[in-house]
Amino acid sequence: MAGAGGGGCPAGSNDFQWCFSQVKGAVDEDVAEADIISTVEFNYSGDLLATGDKGGRVVIFQREQESKSRPHSRGEYNVYSTFQSHEPEFDYLKSLEIEEKINKIRWLPQQNAAHFLLSTNDKTIKLWKISERDKRAEGYNLKDEDGRLRDPFRITALRVPILKPMDLMVEASPRRIFANAHTYHINSISVNSDHETYLSADDLRINLWHLEITDRSFNIVDIKPANMEELTEVITAAEFHPHQCNVFVYSSSKGTIRLCDMRSSALCDRHSKFFEEPEDPSSRSFFSEIISSISDVKFSHSGRYMMTRDYLSVKVWDLNMESRPVETHQVHEYLRSKLCSLYENDCIFDKFECCWNGSDSAIMTGSYNNFFRMFDRNTRRDVTLEASRENSKPRASLKPRKVCTGGKRKKDEISVDSLDFNKKILHTAWHPMENIIAVAATNNLYIFQDKIN
Amino acid sequence: MFARGLKRKCVDQEEDGEDALAGFGTVPSYSLQRQSLLDMSLVKLQLCHMLVEPNLCRSVLIANTVRQIQEEMTRDGMGRGAAPQSTGRAPLDRLVSTEILCRTVRGPEAGCPVPDLGDSPLQGTPPELCIVNSAEVPRSPQSSLWEMDSPRENRGSFQKSLDQIFETLEHKSPSSMEELFSDMDSSYYDLDTVLTGMMTGAKPGLCDGLESFAAAAPAPGSSCKSDLAELDHVVEILVET
Repeated sequence: MAGAGGGGCPAGSNDFQWCFSQVKGAVDEDVAEADIISTVEFNYSGDLLATGDKGGRVVIFQREQESKSRPHSRGEYNVYSTFQSHEPEFDYLKSLEIEEKINKIRWLPQQNAAHFLLSTNDKTIKLWKISERDKRAEGYNLKDEDGRLRDPFRITALRVPILKPMDLMVEASPRRIFANAHTYHINSISVNSDHETYLSADDLRINLWHLEITDRSFNIVDIKPANMEELTEVITAAEFHPHQCNVFVYSSSKGTIRLCDMRSSALCDRHSKFFEEPEDPSSRSFFSEIISSISDVKFSHSGRYMMTRDYLSVKVWDLNMESRPVETHQVHEYLRSKLCSLYENDCIFDKFECCWNGSDSAIMTGSYNNFFRMFDRNTRRDVTLEASRENSKPRASLKPRKVCTGGKRKKDEISVDSLDFNKKILHTAWHPMENIIAVAATNNLYIFQDKIN
Repeated sequence: MFARGLKRKCVDQEEDGEDALAGFGTVPSYSLQRQSLLDMSLVKLQLCHMLVEPNLCRSVLIANTVRQIQEEMTRDGMGRGAAPQSTGRAPLDRLVSTEILCRTVRGPEAGCPVPDLGDSPLQGTPPELCIVNSAEVPRSPQSSLWEMDSPRENRGSFQKSLDQIFETLEHKSPSSMEELFSDMDSSYYDLDTVLTGMMTGAKPGLCDGLESFAAAAPAPGSSCKSDLAELDHVVEILVET
């Protein structure tokens, strides 16, 4: 855990020193909608980094091995595989389009030479196998080198085909398609710690799947009311506990989190734990419920805590305490006075994600104007950084940014009214072991590394 | 200030109807702010009926906001029986149009026995397990804003979608039609312009919205034309030309 900011670091700065490493994607000012990145995820080793976009494509980057011949590449990520995961569909019964946008990608733990990941759009989950081929068999008896069948009468001797090296080819093939199980839009998938099952959650239901079985799944949560007109709350995110394979959580649009134990009953409509922070009556407004809606929930690697993201803050919860979070970090409190405008332009409905670092000592989430925020839980310090082409010189340090909330604007500060609300960072990912972060800014993927790393 | 989330002010500071009209061009009264927030929310809900299935979470949150505003308006209406005519009349009009919007569009009740995920598989399987057979095509019972299909879906879907669109457009009040298109003005989304607009009152949208509630003027011809063009586009896609 190099430079993770926890104990054991040299006395001096525990702070991260983030530097620009790489940026992927077109420089064009005109962004094609299909190129907008919709999900980012490191695999378990951190060697692979997957992105999904609105056009239904998945791009996987692989970290280069550090080698003496190319000292400056220093563990750079380069394209490993690109494939079309989902295509646009049309639901004829409802006369509605089904978007091909990839909502989530989740990697499976690696069990052999091949890599597996789950990718999902609004309706269908697919299991993809990504495998390498770097050898080819030559010297077949029945086929020519170009594949044409040999005339059997001309074969006078038998030979054993031999394996010859070839240029590395990375192939992605869909191994399972899990379809037709969700009436509503899938917002989350989560692989269980048993590595055999996974859950998929839509607005009203959560289903449990076995990775080998595609024609049926178990419904484990159903919050659909008998009369849809009574609907006031939806599921916004769900995740399995990282170690306890019977435990999962799901968050709601009312700012609550329910922890469920699958051992208690087959249909987990009754939660084992219910996490909700009492509302602060002094800050109540018509927008209180909307900004309390949780857009993401993530367990810590330790499994002891979980983190939730609502519109203005990130909260860390201790699983043993349901009454309130143990930490609350303000992401962009200066937006509280602008909620009406943000409601008008729909920005208030933006769903930001959040993530932990490998040692659970720091958390990160995105904001507007291509800003993203990092909170160190030990030092209680936070920093605002920006993902922009201007700060894109190799190994250039990122300068902390500051938003001016009123009164005199200092030099280098940016005023709230100048923020670009079209430049939102919704998706970020942190390498599971090192201080490398991937930040998706519309159609560009930025990779930053900690200098100490 | 409008820019703040609309906090409830003390009762004794609450402006009367006279203030609402006299105050136009300066700071709108709380009731007017609340009113325009309600109208904005209703427009947002109407805009949901488009080609891609609406975001359910967003619709639910907006509907909850509408409900909150209406509840508060009702409480206020009852608490202030002697409210001046101008303030008293507008909220009721809006409440009526909300009713129409929230009513089930197609008529069949949500409780009709349409096989649904998690429901039908209960027969013939152990009561504890709800196996979702993915061979079944999910069909959801009709309801108001959340779903757009009904049991008579198969052949009727094309006609139904058009009906819905017409019905939705029909129920739109002239003032909200205008607002519909002011919403689509992309420069409007720039916070700077919005905030500047607050000060000068020159920008379309909220300030004009307030004006149009008072005037209740019919929509200009250009709005209707764009509306029809939009409909054409929708029809095109539905017939897959």
